[in-house]
Amino acid sequence: MTVTQKLTMAHFRTPLFNDWCPGCGDFGILSSIQMALAELQIEPHRVVVFSGIGCSSKTPHYINTYGIHTVHGRPLPFALAAKLANPDLTVLAVGGDGDGLGIGAGHFVAAGRRNVDITYILYDNGVYGLTKGQASPTLRRGLKTKALPRPNLNDAVNPIALAVVCGYTFVARGYAYDTRHLKELIKLGIQHKGTSFIQVLQPCPTYNDLHTKEWYAGEDRIDPETKKPIPRLYKLEETGYDGEVKSPSDEEAVAKAVEAIKKSYEWGDRIPIGVFYRNPYVPSYDQRIASVAPIYLQSPPAQQPIRTRSMKPVANVSPLFDELRVHY
Amino acid sequence: MGKNGKKKFTLSWMIGGAQGSGVDSSANLFSYSIASAGYYVFGKREYYSNIKGEHSYFNVVASDSPVRSTVDSVHILASFDAETVFRHAWEVEEGGGIIYDVALENERLRNIPTIEERVKAEVAERLKNENVGETLRDVLTVAKRRGVRVYPIPYMDLIKKTGEIIGEQQLTLLLRMVNTMAVAASFAILKADINRLHRGLSYAFRAKKAVVDMNFTACKVVYDYVKDNFSDDFPITLPNRKNDEDLILVNGTTIVGIAKIVAGCRFQSYYPITPAADESVYLEDKQVFNLNPVSDGDEYEYPHLAESRQLSDKGHILVFQSEDELAAIDMAIGASLAGVRAATSTSGPGFSLMAEGLGWAGINEVPVVVTVFQRGGPSTGLPTRHEQGDLLFTIFAGHGEFPRIVIASGDMTEAFYDTIKAFNYAEKFQVPVIHLLDKSLANSTQTIPIPSVNEVLLDRGLFINEHLDGKTYKRFEFTDDGISPRAPLGTRGAIFWNTGDEHDELGHISEDPVIRTRMMEKRMGKLEIIKESIPASDKIATYGDPGAKDWIISWGSTKGPILDALEMLEEEGVGPIGFLQVKILHPFPAELCLETLQSAGRIIDIEQNYSGQMGRLMAMETGLRPTNLILKYSGRPFTSTEIRDAVKEVLARNTKRIVMNRGG
Repeated sequence: MTVTQKLTMAHFRTPLFNDWCPGCGDFGILSSIQMALAELQIEPHRVVVFSGIGCSSKTPHYINTYGIHTVHGRPLPFALAAKLANPDLTVLAVGGDGDGLGIGAGHFVAAGRRNVDITYILYDNGVYGLTKGQASPTLRRGLKTKALPRPNLNDAVNPIALAVVCGYTFVARGYAYDTRHLKELIKLGIQHKGTSFIQVLQPCPTYNDLHTKEWYAGEDRIDPETKKPIPRLYKLEETGYDGEVKSPSDEEAVAKAVEAIKKSYEWGDRIPIGVFYRNPYVPSYDQRIASVAPIYLQSPPAQQPIRTRSMKPVANVSPLFDELRVHY
Repeated sequence: MGKNGKKKFTLSWMIGGAQGSGVDSSANLFSYSIASAGYYVFGKREYYSNIKGEHSYFNVVASDSPVRSTVDSVHILASFDAETVFRHAWEVEEGGGIIYDVALENERLRNIPTIEERVKAEVAERLKNENVGETLRDVLTVAKRRGVRVYPIPYMDLIKKTGEIIGEQQLTLLLRMVNTMAVAASFAILKADINRLHRGLSYAFRAKKAVVDMNFTACKVVYDYVKDNFSDDFPITLPNRKNDEDLILVNGTTIVGIAKIVAGCRFQSYYPITPAADESVYLEDKQVFNLNPVSDGDEYEYPHLAESRQLSDKGHILVFQSEDELAAIDMAIGASLAGVRAATSTSGPGFSLMAEGLGWAGINEVPVVVTVFQRGGPSTGLPTRHEQGDLLFTIFAGHGEFPRIVIASGDMTEAFYDTIKAFNYAEKFQVPVIHLLDKSLANSTQTIPIPSVNEVLLDRGLFINEHLDGKTYKRFEFTDDGISPRAPLGTRGAIFWNTGDEHDELGHISEDPVIRTRMMEKRMGKLEIIKESIPASDKIATYGDPGAKDWIISWGSTKGPILDALEMLEEEGVGPIGFLQVKILHPFPAELCLETLQSAGRIIDIEQNYSGQMGRLMAMETGLRPTNLILKYSGRPFTSTEIRDAVKEVLARNTKRIVMNRGG
């Protein structure tokens, strides 16, 4: 079967009413995903978008691909398994910062060790929106967003640094309102053979009154000469930064990882977005399985015959019984 | 009496030792060798939650007809450490024998750190009552007074002698064979064929020929020593006997693993936990297997998703060790969504975490199999010990209401077929299926007839491979029986959505009260369909006299000791007694139970938990209450003799609640 029709963003939209708040950063991320899929011309039925729980995790319902809205904090286990079961699928996982780094932190860490070929997009707005604005794991200590009765007492986790040390082989950061840039990051993530992690900075117009669109745009900082705001965000690729590991050497991988982590601590007046780290030399999980069971690549779980047309099982377990057979 | 009127012959043999000293392999050696001499065996493994040093033991019963449980007394106690004798000498019957290391005779009870204070006090009391001291020699003196034979073995001398024969001087290497030697001594006492030990060694040590040969030399040295130095008057002998049955010697985790491969399970996720992990490790070891050639007129059914792949003559099950059990069940669900028969395997603490994923599978109608090897709870409880404490939890786990099936296997053979049924039910009814097993089944070994794979059919239900009719595919389409055609992820034309929220037919979130009501009815209505579709023989089994006034009810692995106890009771002329084994616990076969028990006077509920969970379930589902309870929650499985005694007590005195506690 061949694709005769060129896929556009419209093919990836569902007719559902979208119930996110007006101005929510989620919209920009949703569009970026749809644009990326359309530009990559991946047929909708070959894509699965998994999500956790929260506002952002409603994303799959708005995308016309398979959409699996899972359990709070656990889109990754579902997504990894589906990809391993059928490697022909293009698998994306999406979820909020509370979902991925709070309740799902264990899965976030474990996924980094595996390098299954999926793309994980973390919507980071610093708050738990759907439960009315509690502090999320990425909200910095001492900050008091408007729904908090007291300033936040916890330190924030650094998603980029965490992803790097966990072993993610593609680590990037985008901004929800820069959809062209974000779309490109998502495309790179999907094309990367391994687990791609994309943190997306995203205002929550309802509950995060600190990291607003205006704040990111630097509207509180007017350049005295140009009389224009000085944006906080800047693009790594425009500064000559290159996070890509260019050789299969551990030494280079470590050096690039350290550089990425250092970069990830920039915050406040200058906030980098772009690709922090990329290492194409780490074997993906399907290759690791194939190293112990070469048959896997040819015959992954979802593509194996398990029975005949007459419903008989096809596996031959006689050798297993023979090992246990009593010989008189 | 046995079925043919001949008295059933049994030998109860026990070996013990420090964990890590080869108790398991010596028990496997004994079991296989005896089986190979033509006997049926059942072996029970007891061990601490510990890697090295604590006391473990294995009790093997051998018989000339199939045996399903252990008994309380021991005919031969084989040991190579002092602790085993201190603990178990008391269980050896009059006329039985104790094999021990002569060098340990002066060991003192108080110097053995791994015996609990309570047990030490108990042993000390026994010795005091016999007016002897507290050494191993004193224990043996008391045993001899009871008519127990003792077999002091100079293991060290015999090890050195073996070393000379094979030209090996490294003592640490040679010492590892002491466990094998205890088995060989048992063989000599029982006048069993030493050559069968060679087969047993090949089984216990797999393909390591050098190890097998070295151990066999050690066996011969000990065998000859025992023959030359002790009188050959042991009352039980095990000559080779003819056995026409094609048997395997297997434990519960292995048989479930093999069944999963047959069932077409191609993805298993798990997080390490005792005693379930053995199953997953076995599957990982056997992950690649050959496919059967197809018979004429038949062909492999390739999933439509395999469009771009080469056909293969091999199969593969992907076993994935996840970061926790939350992920383990979610991964199994993820693989199932992709169209794979998928399972996860765990024990109580892991299942507690899986309650979350179970509910998601429930509301999204995902077929997934959860294999639960129960152990002592609550919390970490008794990690390596037996209990049937999770019945009500598995039936009710998860918030809200959703359909599921809970099945429980009574023995290894049932475990094999139930595993396959679990996958068939899961796909046919699109529900999570919980397969309840337990530590006793997991870690016992038994000779069973080779399961008949030819009879197995794999029913995938309304599993569609393509959806090309142009109509919008609705994953949760309302149908007459509540079961909607199910397509795997990646199917052209069948895009769908899933959500843990209530949803419409497409799978999108819906809080519409009308849709909510219909969806609840669609899902929960499947329980009635399940009840109607599953044949009675899969739901319950009955044994004994159908017209009996006294009925035993039970579930799971208590089946073995109950059946063996019923044989003993029949032999003693006690009865008639009926036995109702409930195999599908949810949805509960209420009508069948009412029918079976309609003329029952006494309903004796036998379970390995504190509260008689199935009795309570039956009361809830049928209004029938057990009249008497025989329970055990010490962490050790029932022996047949223990059930025999308890049933007699109920029959004689109508005791309402009996709590048994035998076995160390």
